[in-house]
Amino acid sequence: MDPLASGRLAPPPLYGLVLAGGRSTRMRRDKAALAYQGQTQLERAMALLTALVARAFVSVRADQRGDPLRARFAQITDAHQNIGPLAGLLAAQAQHPEAAWLVLACDLPLLDEGTLAHLLRARDPARTATAYRSSHDGLPEPLCAVYEPRSREPLAAYVAAGNQCPRKFLAGADTLLLDEPNPRALDNINTPEEYGSAMATLTAQSSATTRHVTVQYYALLREQAGRREEALVTAARTPRELYSELAARYPFSLAPEVLRVAINAEFGEWSTPLKDGDAVVFIPPVAGG
Amino acid sequence: MRWCSFRRSPVVENAPPQPMFRFTRTPIEPQAARAQLADPACGGYAAFEGWVRDSHEGRRVRRLEYEAFEALAVREGERILAEASARFGVAHAACLHRVGELAIGELAVWVGVSAPHRHEAFLACRYIIDEVKQRVPIWKKEHYLSGDSGWVNCERCAAPPAHAAQAHEHGT
Repeated sequence: MDPLASGRLAPPPLYGLVLAGGRSTRMRRDKAALAYQGQTQLERAMALLTALVARAFVSVRADQRGDPLRARFAQITDAHQNIGPLAGLLAAQAQHPEAAWLVLACDLPLLDEGTLAHLLRARDPARTATAYRSSHDGLPEPLCAVYEPRSREPLAAYVAAGNQCPRKFLAGADTLLLDEPNPRALDNINTPEEYGSAMATLTAQSSATTRHVTVQYYALLREQAGRREEALVTAARTPRELYSELAARYPFSLAPEVLRVAINAEFGEWSTPLKDGDAVVFIPPVAGG
Repeated sequence: MRWCSFRRSPVVENAPPQPMFRFTRTPIEPQAARAQLADPACGGYAAFEGWVRDSHEGRRVRRLEYEAFEALAVREGERILAEASARFGVAHAACLHRVGELAIGELAVWVGVSAPHRHEAFLACRYIIDEVKQRVPIWKKEHYLSGDSGWVNCERCAAPPAHAAQAHEHGT
């Protein structure tokens, strides 16, 4: 059916923008270049975005265009100067007015896929923007938010009137505000002390977030995996995530909906948190008797 | 000991609890299996035997393979037996299931129940085999005369069998 005839308009394309045009004054070092676990903050943010959007860009000032860290990515150059983070979004919206923009700051080392996925699931394209409510002060978090195409004109007018604060813009606009699923995900870092603390948190998380599990395969899954059992180190937090990970590796024909899960030889739930040492079995449709 | 009820055999007091749901790789012997259900308090014994049939959904079957996740299957099987005992008031209930390769006509599963009266024995026997088929992690692979094979209940969402195999089957 013609989507227009059925009354449904195609949603706007979702583009991503990492704001890496800041001056990092308090950090006294370029925040985009700070490394966490071997990856710069800019690379981390771009990797998170690239998985979720049709196109991802890094927002830069004109004098940063040749910077090797930033030159690896598609860039959008600020047209305004000294108006803060809104300069990047204005330039992006001017270049692609048809798109919705998922905007990320370049100083959110604790930002996780789950927080972005929740934002996009809850997003309402009929609103001006979708954003998180800060777990610290209850105000909108403007630098991990989706700005719909309809935000473009009011935002341009807001800046033209001499305003610069993106939080106040969102607070005064038709913004869908969500509670953060991970209250530390949007902790931004501005000082060397905060950088050190974020690195310590990430190190603690990564040792806690990979786990050793064994998986046993039976029947059709055994044949499709080509093995009876294996030991894995996985970042999967639940059997559901583990099955997705394995389904990417093996030609599994069974959808998770037709399977059951066992953990340590007892029936479990797809959402049960996995622990180190768990033995997991995915149970195909049974046919005893 | 009256409150222990007739579910426990009065003739084997203090016997260690024996798993009543078991897998076996060798042929099931119903005569031997039913002996464990004997009880002077019981006047009724009902059994079900599931045999390997030579066809399934219109396809000619040559032989079968059963596979089980035994650690969980025994737990779930024991739960089913306990449910049947509690629900129908039977004295003893047992189930044996084959794993491995089976030929046409072989005994794949045996369920036996003894009870004071026949009515509850029949009901419990039916309950046990129905629940075992639904809940216990056992899988059956059928090998067809046409040369191909499939895991029962798992193949409908998988790739369909090759046309050549279908044509061959219809032609025989």
